[in-house]
Amino acid sequence: MDELRDLYQEIILDHNKNPQNFHKLVDADFTLEGFNPLCGDHYTFYLKLDGETIEDIGFEGSGCAISKASASLMSSILKGKRKEEAEHLFSLFTDIVTGKIDPAEHIEELGKLAAFAGVADFPVRVKCATLPWHTMHGALQGKQDNITTE
Amino acid sequence: MSTTWNEATSMTASPITEQHPPGDFDPWRVREDFPIFRQRIRGKPLVYLDNAASTHKPQVVIDAVSRFYGEEYSNIHRGVHYLSQQATDLYEDARRTVRQFLNAKHDEEIIFVRGTTEAINLVAQTFGRMNIGEGDEVLISAIEHHANIVPWQMICKEKGASLKVIPMDQHGDLKLEQFEAMITDRTRLVSLVHVSNALGTVNPVKEMIATAHRHGVPVFIDGAQSVQHLPVDVQDLDCDFFAMSGHKIYGPTGIGVLYGKKALLEDMPPYQGGGDMILSVTFEHTVYNDIPYKFEAGTPNIAGAIGLAAALKYFQGHDITALAAHEERLLHHATENLRNIDEVRLIGTAKQKASVLSFTLCAVHPHDIGTILDQHGIAIRAGHHCAQPVMQHFGIPATARASFSFYNTMEDVDALVHAIHSVLEVFS
Repeated sequence: MDELRDLYQEIILDHNKNPQNFHKLVDADFTLEGFNPLCGDHYTFYLKLDGETIEDIGFEGSGCAISKASASLMSSILKGKRKEEAEHLFSLFTDIVTGKIDPAEHIEELGKLAAFAGVADFPVRVKCATLPWHTMHGALQGKQDNITTE
Repeated sequence: MSTTWNEATSMTASPITEQHPPGDFDPWRVREDFPIFRQRIRGKPLVYLDNAASTHKPQVVIDAVSRFYGEEYSNIHRGVHYLSQQATDLYEDARRTVRQFLNAKHDEEIIFVRGTTEAINLVAQTFGRMNIGEGDEVLISAIEHHANIVPWQMICKEKGASLKVIPMDQHGDLKLEQFEAMITDRTRLVSLVHVSNALGTVNPVKEMIATAHRHGVPVFIDGAQSVQHLPVDVQDLDCDFFAMSGHKIYGPTGIGVLYGKKALLEDMPPYQGGGDMILSVTFEHTVYNDIPYKFEAGTPNIAGAIGLAAALKYFQGHDITALAAHEERLLHHATENLRNIDEVRLIGTAKQKASVLSFTLCAVHPHDIGTILDQHGIAIRAGHHCAQPVMQHFGIPATARASFSFYNTMEDVDALVHAIHSVLEVFS
């Protein structure tokens, strides 16, 4: 059951219950949907840019605790970050939840995102954690088609 | 039905004590036939409640497949040597076993396929292609699995025909009073699920078949979820087609059955071309083989058919009524316990149900339920169960689904109930 506690950390449960930036941005520069057909997680992400900086970010939709908390934490962390920093965190986050790198070596960079390290022990849940990040990445790349995890 | 969603958790609730005597059916004795239950999952005894997805295999099935490959194996048909004749006999014996199991009239009405999905596609692409034209209609129901939606959608789109859907009510029962009026002179086929995989609803298919036949419309029955729970007699049902999957009735994967009435099968064009489905071939012309071989192109899943026959014999070795009564007790016990949890919403409360229990928990996504239950060694399924229109009807993206087999015990149900309380504790 230790793995379970590692997965459902307090911060993840809190963000699931009270997600941050859980609203639409009417003046978004980029809007993109992310969908996990396997379990039905479905979110729409809104990004507002100021030059190379993410000025605001919001999301709507529904899904499991892992995906919703991931979307919530991502949105609060990326606000005010430059696009290249966001892309760097995307790749770092993906490497952490897939167990490719040791989160202990990136504690400072990861900040609250380190809470998702436990996902690496649950391979079927990796897609839940990465769906918001893949969608954000797609939006920054100017993709128009919905992002799916399958 | 308890649909009250309450923020307060009921952590102190304990499972209801089962009032019914267990009867003479002993699931613990049955479990000894299934080697999978000898292992522990995550250090705990396996509580396998994902039987609607697939069932485990008794040793006799594993042995039959193993013996075939180790001692009896060869390709079938046309072989002049000893092993080929032996393999052919075993394969055709398996067909006979299936024929007896479904009480079909003729052996050649039994066609081996990969599973229910292939059986439906076969009929859609042969019978459907031949009989469905522009402006025609195929009638299905609102509680179908994708396998009984998409193949008909494909052929309807190709032919300019339309797919009509018998609606369901809030319990997951079909609105039968609307059924007959939906059959028109353009209806070419009615295709119905016997037991819903997502809701457990048992459709009154015998009556529905009789209704369709009064209008001269043939009926296909998707039996993927029924044969392992209810006695099925295709002659008594009078269905025109019936499909089932081996792996859901304790047999191997990759083997299933299409039953069709002889006259219909004989009229139908072949599904796939290749070896075994021909009588003679020249570059100009091919004479097709008789049924069932006309529909079994290429080397079939011989070991699968033999394993399926072993599974059906094993299954029929039990008193099916006692077995069904045991499954009913499991479903009742689980339903009553889940109803007592305020946060639980049961999805599918039809009048007659097979042992499938779909539910959602207030504020907990089914995927999270599945992960936490798995840590307790409990296997359930979380998702849309390949029945997205059913989920849309109930306004939910997914459910958690516990589905029972005769090898499940009351203790399995209690473990499920206990673990659901743990889920609520994590998310409290």
